[in-house]
Amino acid sequence: MSGQVTMVKGHSRRGGGWALSGLAWIVGILFVLPVLWMLLTSFHTEEDAAKNPPDLGAPLTLDGYKSFFDTGPWPSIANSLTASVLSTVLVILLAFPAAYALSIRPVKKWTDVLFFFLSTKMLPVVAGLLPIYLFAQSVGFLDNIWLLIILYTSMNLPIAVWMLRSFLSEVPVEILEAASVDGASLSRTLRSVVAPVVTPGIASAALICFIFSWNELLFARVLTGTVAQTAPVFLTGFVTSQGLFLAKVCAASIVVSLPVLIAGFAAQDKLVQGLSLGAVK
Amino acid sequence: MSVDAKPDTQPRPQRHAAPPGSEGTMLRKAGDWARRGPLLPALIFMIIVTQLPFVVTIVVSFMDWNAYYPDERGFAGIDNFRRVLTDANTRNAIWVTILLTVGVVLISLVLGLLIALLLDRKFRGRGVVRTMMITPFLVVPVAAALLWKHALYNPTYGLFNGVLKWLFGDNAPQPDWISNQPLWSIIFALVWQWTPFMMLILLAGLQSRPLDVIEAAGIDGANQWEIFRYMTLPHLRQYLELSALLGSIYVVQNFDAVFTITSGGLGTANLPYTIYQTFYTAHDYGRASAAGVIVVIGTILIATFALRSVSTLFREETGR
Repeated sequence: MSGQVTMVKGHSRRGGGWALSGLAWIVGILFVLPVLWMLLTSFHTEEDAAKNPPDLGAPLTLDGYKSFFDTGPWPSIANSLTASVLSTVLVILLAFPAAYALSIRPVKKWTDVLFFFLSTKMLPVVAGLLPIYLFAQSVGFLDNIWLLIILYTSMNLPIAVWMLRSFLSEVPVEILEAASVDGASLSRTLRSVVAPVVTPGIASAALICFIFSWNELLFARVLTGTVAQTAPVFLTGFVTSQGLFLAKVCAASIVVSLPVLIAGFAAQDKLVQGLSLGAVK
Repeated sequence: MSVDAKPDTQPRPQRHAAPPGSEGTMLRKAGDWARRGPLLPALIFMIIVTQLPFVVTIVVSFMDWNAYYPDERGFAGIDNFRRVLTDANTRNAIWVTILLTVGVVLISLVLGLLIALLLDRKFRGRGVVRTMMITPFLVVPVAAALLWKHALYNPTYGLFNGVLKWLFGDNAPQPDWISNQPLWSIIFALVWQWTPFMMLILLAGLQSRPLDVIEAAGIDGANQWEIFRYMTLPHLRQYLELSALLGSIYVVQNFDAVFTITSGGLGTANLPYTIYQTFYTAHDYGRASAAGVIVVIGTILIATFALRSVSTLFREETGR
């Protein structure tokens, strides 16, 4: 009897399902379309890129990319890489022990500490920008990539602590006790017992931190100049560009977004867990 | 697992376990420090880098301090706050910030929910559609804003007006999207970026539903709408709250889109952009700080509500 019911239900689902699947495809294409458009435009000549109505069949060329790379973006891309990678490493080094202290055998008032971390995320960046600027100015630290590294670390540390804490809570307490009975030190336990279990969690936290650091604009714009300029700041040079440089603007946007796009596509599932601070499993 | 909720009643072997026979309190003390130790670097780092600057911001907000007039620095009382709150531009910025945040978060939450429901079903190419969906979220925000400003909205060669020409020929209307609807132009671009974010969290929430219960409800005669309204939606509540909270935290602070698409013109300057200008262009440190303090107070109001909803999520986890 119940078999019949499910069969009927399955059938009716398949009936409406065809249209719904089509709708899902249409929505997906609509969302990706602007990026595809940017990609196509980046391979057109400036003249073809500025045509209205657009000419889809215009010949493809690398001119847009050539003229973008002629503007000398490499130092800013290198700065972005340095700032994102180093701050991500710092975040994980600081967050992992902290998350350990907050999950396995937690300290007293661990919820308060956790909420403190999260509350720092709610402090608008602009509210702390001025003192940081004045401080950096007075000690000659402006336009220095290390200033960004420290700030990005503080920006991402709360997220990483939250995520790693929730992943660490999944570590069976028995294996920790076994390690500690065997006389393993804390750092040994973290390295040899806990770390392998939570490696996927660490990877997803690192991915999120990397993306947020790579994308950051406000700090970088205010606190860097010519030397430590990051890729998003470099992109702001195109904000007012008019008319004939559309292909170049598109090429620039694609190049700067590429690292994040690749990392994000490669680790979609980790992204989901990471974005929800590990609350969604 | 309830590892973290369990009060530490049973003595567990500790790292710095004292030799057998020593006082129990000593053992616990050593244990406490072994526990606190790993936490301290992160905690101290956060306090220095995020809390100290904010304290300075509060101090400066009560000062007359404009970098162009260094001699006039001094105590200003609540002058800065009075000036900020009576200034038409700042009041407009407060209003824009509210509209922008509420608009973007609500629209992308509803869209994200609908799309998550579409993607929750099994169909051919679901993985591809999901990948296409998350692409907007992965594009660097400045690049996304440049894309909307130049490649889509531009009145002479943007895609939107190009499509209008395709559809209606050479006499098609060619609106100047950003000038006509500056705020909506920004909201639309941000909705495009944030819908995938909402969708991802909600989809994960949908997929964590207990399917057996839902099937049982179906067998008991509940229709699709009833299942959605009385089972799926309550289950999704915490995920909806979490995505709204995280979305608000980021959208309230949005700088990139406002800076890039309109440069704060046409009445679209939000608070972060206004503060950036007051401080970076006008060099009025006192006023910028006062505006910053006002933003923080506003955010605390939202955060109090938001933290409460997160702590529900949290209780459920620890109570598991």
